[in-house]
Amino acid sequence: MNQISIIPFFVIIPLFTAFLLSLIGRFIKRLFVDVLSETSCFLLLVASMYSLNMLRESAAPALIYKVGSWMPPFGICMVLDGLTSFMLITVNLVAFLVCLYSHNYMEKYTDKPKFYTLFFLMLAGMNGVVVTGDLFNLYIFLEIASIASYALVAFGTEAEELEASFKYAIMGSVASSFIFIGIAFLYGFTSTLNMADMARVLSAKPNQWLIPFVSVLFLMGFGLKAALVPFHAWLPDAHPSAPASISAMLSGVLIKALGVYAMIRIFFNIIGTSQAFLSVLMFLGVLSMLAAVILALSQWDLKRLLAYHSISQIGYVVLGIGLGTPLGILGGLFHLFNHSMFKSLLFLNSGSIDYAVGTRDLKEMSGLREKMPVTAHTNLIASMSIAGIPPFNGFFSKLIIIFACVQAGHLGYALAAVVGSVLTLASFMKVQKYAFSGELKEKNQNVLEVPGMMKLAIVSLALICVLAGLLLLPSFRFFLNDAVNVLLEGRKYAAVVLEGVLK
Amino acid sequence: MSLIVKTITRLTVGLILLYGIYIVLHGHLSPGGGFAGGVIIALSFVHLMLAFGKDAVTERISKQTASKLESVGALLFLSIALIGFFGGYFFLNILKKGEPFKLFSAGTIPLSNIAISLKVGIGLLAIFLALVILEEVKREK
Amino acid sequence: MILYLLCLALFCVGLYGVLRKRNLIKIIIGLGIIEYAMNLFFVLLGYRYHGRAPLQAQDQQVLNMVDPLPQALVLTSIVIGLGVMALVISIAVRLYEKYGTFDITKIKRLKG
Repeated sequence: MNQISIIPFFVIIPLFTAFLLSLIGRFIKRLFVDVLSETSCFLLLVASMYSLNMLRESAAPALIYKVGSWMPPFGICMVLDGLTSFMLITVNLVAFLVCLYSHNYMEKYTDKPKFYTLFFLMLAGMNGVVVTGDLFNLYIFLEIASIASYALVAFGTEAEELEASFKYAIMGSVASSFIFIGIAFLYGFTSTLNMADMARVLSAKPNQWLIPFVSVLFLMGFGLKAALVPFHAWLPDAHPSAPASISAMLSGVLIKALGVYAMIRIFFNIIGTSQAFLSVLMFLGVLSMLAAVILALSQWDLKRLLAYHSISQIGYVVLGIGLGTPLGILGGLFHLFNHSMFKSLLFLNSGSIDYAVGTRDLKEMSGLREKMPVTAHTNLIASMSIAGIPPFNGFFSKLIIIFACVQAGHLGYALAAVVGSVLTLASFMKVQKYAFSGELKEKNQNVLEVPGMMKLAIVSLALICVLAGLLLLPSFRFFLNDAVNVLLEGRKYAAVVLEGVLK
Repeated sequence: MSLIVKTITRLTVGLILLYGIYIVLHGHLSPGGGFAGGVIIALSFVHLMLAFGKDAVTERISKQTASKLESVGALLFLSIALIGFFGGYFFLNILKKGEPFKLFSAGTIPLSNIAISLKVGIGLLAIFLALVILEEVKREK
Repeated sequence: MILYLLCLALFCVGLYGVLRKRNLIKIIIGLGIIEYAMNLFFVLLGYRYHGRAPLQAQDQQVLNMVDPLPQALVLTSIVIGLGVMALVISIAVRLYEKYGTFDITKIKRLKG
């Protein structure tokens, strides 16, 4: 068993933990359930760092693992290249910190072992989407993660949560069916399902009507999973209704691993991008940016406001990637990493406020800074990151995206990005003022700071927010550059994978 | 349910269960396999439940048993896949593959079929039990 | 060719059910019809002229099989559809308990 066989473990470990906890969760003590899940998450985090190291040392652009030792294109292969290791570290880091946070937070809900079962199923689905090299396998893992998230949104089973989960489930299933039909058309034309082989066949055979048709289907399907603006209507209901740790996972990594990652993997590496498609993507990005931030200005529910800002920041990511230039893609991917960090931190803080005070309405809480100093200061750090204030990480990624827009000649889009940033700052100053400064209300006199594990999770995320700007230094730049190079190569990915297989 | 339904159910439920097990075991020789066979096995129990009421099934397979058996099925499938690591690759087929068209051939494929039929069948039965018990709880209130 | 157009018509019937019907159960039935249509489309893609079933029996040589890969993949997709339908039906049952109605125009507490 050589080094490369760590790749399937990204799917095996969460699946094993999920079913083990479902089996024995009732019979062992509460503490063991938490310790088991935190151990699995920690193992996954260590494995993702190890795989990044392995990729850097091997000097090959991609590492291929043949499942069952069947040769692709007859069998499924798992591909680990720069973009995959980038997404793996993002997903597993957020999952580990959310798992630490849920140690205490989920005491308020019933049935913790079932929660961990669903959480690990969702994590297995996300890891599977990122690692796989086969198109139908991507659909299967996408559905596993989506179904687990539909169940997790309805976890509290109050009336509003069930309504939000029903809406999310129906819309998500229709989007998945569009993706399936797109995959069916691609299979019918190329008669293969392996991503590299399909890229090779598509660049060889002449096809006029297939590529635009399939592009529209995939844009509708993955656009709904990624919450771009015409397809965003499920997000402001679903993300507030979930428990706070799941909101952090949904907003922080699920919409990125299922929506943005799958879309850019299929479009840049398999189908090939044309200028028309990239301008549609940029337009949708700018529309998401502005529409969501204007809608967020009038919200008084804290988590609903954060959900609208998720849509807006995904607009930035899609704008950056849609530019197609190296600087633009660098900005887009760096903003994806940063957004996972500060949005998870913001949602975990709203969960802390909910745990301590019991409400999510901004008008009911004020002056919490004296009683909850850790939460207040980390929230200040996260708000400054999302608004783009130096030296926090949001500033660097937004600056790169704006520079890339100006460099490519789209001055209007750059101006829209700046306006969106200013309005985001306005929203978060409102949150900071209403939640943390001011007078402490009568009924909130005896709130306590959150317990130790939750504090550990949010302080770690705040530390990452402060330090993530250092990822742009030349000695750490490889983390982002590998990912950017995979996307810039486009269809040459096929040649890389196919020759890696034959070795 | 009326007497005709109850009599016919008593006669055919065993045959349906046997047919489901046949489809699972011959999954590598004829169409079917784990998913279809598992659903037929579950449907034999649901048939019993429809004809005789909920108690005919819950005294044999309670909801807790169904939930545990389902996880056991999934863990069994994962362990069969992990056995492949002894040969070097995930999911590798390492048992002896006999001659084609015999019942004991094709390595780990029949074992995977049995694990999947356990998971899918008991899962479907657990869904039915959960919905029926929900209805009972609501009616009692 | 006409078979693929009929599959598309079935998909559109299901999509109409999801978009325009007001009862929760009819929306779920529409979702089920969408899943049937897409599975049927994927299986029909495997047809080859004068193809026979992709089974191998003991003393026969089958030369012109239809494509067996979509059939294996659709089996998985049907079970995924089963999972989604089970989840959505349980949510609908509990929604009826909480709101007292199946009408989706009255289940509108989350807005704005």
